[in-house]
Amino acid sequence: MFRNQYDTDVTTWSPAGRLFQVEYAMEAVKQGSAAIGLRSATHVVLATVNKAASELSSHQKKVFKVDDHIGVAIAGLTADGRVLSRFLRSECINHTFVYESPLPVSRLVVHLADKAQVCTQRSWKRPYGVGLLVAGLDETGAHLYYNCPSGNYFEYQAFAIGSRSQAAKTYLERRFQAFNNYPREELIKDALSAIKETLQGEKLTSAICTVAVVGVGEPFHVIDQKTIQEVIDSMEIREEAAADPGTMQEEDKSSEAAPMDI
Amino acid sequence: MALSRDWMYENNGGTCVAIAGADYCVVAADTRLSIGYSIYTRDYSKICKLTEKCVLASSGFQGDIKALQKNLAAKHLIYQHQHNKQMSCPAMAQLLSNTLYFKRFFPYYAFNVLGGLDNEGKGCVFTYDAVGSYERVGYSAQGSGSTLVMPILDNQLKSPSPLLLPARDAVTPLSEADAVDMVKDVFASATERDIYTGDKLEIVILNASGVRREFMDLRKD
Repeated sequence: MFRNQYDTDVTTWSPAGRLFQVEYAMEAVKQGSAAIGLRSATHVVLATVNKAASELSSHQKKVFKVDDHIGVAIAGLTADGRVLSRFLRSECINHTFVYESPLPVSRLVVHLADKAQVCTQRSWKRPYGVGLLVAGLDETGAHLYYNCPSGNYFEYQAFAIGSRSQAAKTYLERRFQAFNNYPREELIKDALSAIKETLQGEKLTSAICTVAVVGVGEPFHVIDQKTIQEVIDSMEIREEAAADPGTMQEEDKSSEAAPMDI
Repeated sequence: MALSRDWMYENNGGTCVAIAGADYCVVAADTRLSIGYSIYTRDYSKICKLTEKCVLASSGFQGDIKALQKNLAAKHLIYQHQHNKQMSCPAMAQLLSNTLYFKRFFPYYAFNVLGGLDNEGKGCVFTYDAVGSYERVGYSAQGSGSTLVMPILDNQLKSPSPLLLPARDAVTPLSEADAVDMVKDVFASATERDIYTGDKLEIVILNASGVRREFMDLRKD
């Protein structure tokens, strides 16, 4: 009811104890195209939907390598995301310069969260309008964090942000308990399936998504389109095999399903 | 009590050599680390790989050299993030020059030789002074044994004056195997007379198939 009176700047509290500008910034994250992350004990996978502004243009870059052991996927104002990625990269480089070892993921997300918090407490600034899924590997294992514009961060087994992410979250909620033991390939397949949920009918091809992985013995990198298309094709073959008459089950993971003649 | 600047630097000695060929580059340095008349270690590498196509060998104060190498590696990482590719050898050469000149009034005590393959795959060698003045050459030597090594390289590799003949590339006509043999020979000779050069020779060879490393024993006295 009083939302419009107390939302002019970030340094004004509402009577209910909320900072509306910060909440509006989190809305900006929901407007961006979807980004999801999943983690197992040894690998973390990030996947994003590539939405191009028009048919004539290329899509925006939403996945950034921060260091060999850390990468981020963003949703929201991509310009803010780019700037924050530059900050994250510089933090990693500075840490490695001084300590000759990779920056632990938990420390990096704290630096990022502190930087975001500053923008919620200065009258001449505005919060960053971007949510970041930080995927990384360090001595304590594989980690997936979500950093939001409010300056909060949370660790997740799997998460989805951006538009139509609720569909992906529902998909992940059903399956996340098994993720810790998943091998790398299964994690990638589930990431693609979650992306598919956000597409709501649109066909999943490797051209409209970006998938990146980091894991034990595997530095952070974006997987090339050809490999992703092969994974998508193999998933579709399995789906059609499962949907064949005789078994009307949902497309649960059936590892021994052989491709039938199509 | 005179305020001397020497206490801020030490000279750890050693010799670095690089030779550029038509499609390869050989960078070599001994592995002795000295201070005064003592040997700190017989097994210290003066060669640092900066990119897949670019290798830096430095003689002088190894504390400054370590800092310089870290500085360049960090700058290279930023470049890779921004450009999605590695720096070329000539680009790294310019970066090294700028980095050295940045500390014009408190220099890195480092005498550098940068070797690698340029964008066309040809060998290139860049030689520096302590404050960043550099030049692309076909071969070079730096460090405590450089005065012993350079005249031999000139004798073997220097092309006749460009005033007499058509100007040539900054590249020697030697084959890769010959260049490696020459490097081994010059180091064996330098070891004889320079007390700071010896123990072991590390040779890094860059060519189209990648980077290769060889070692050779030198006199330990």
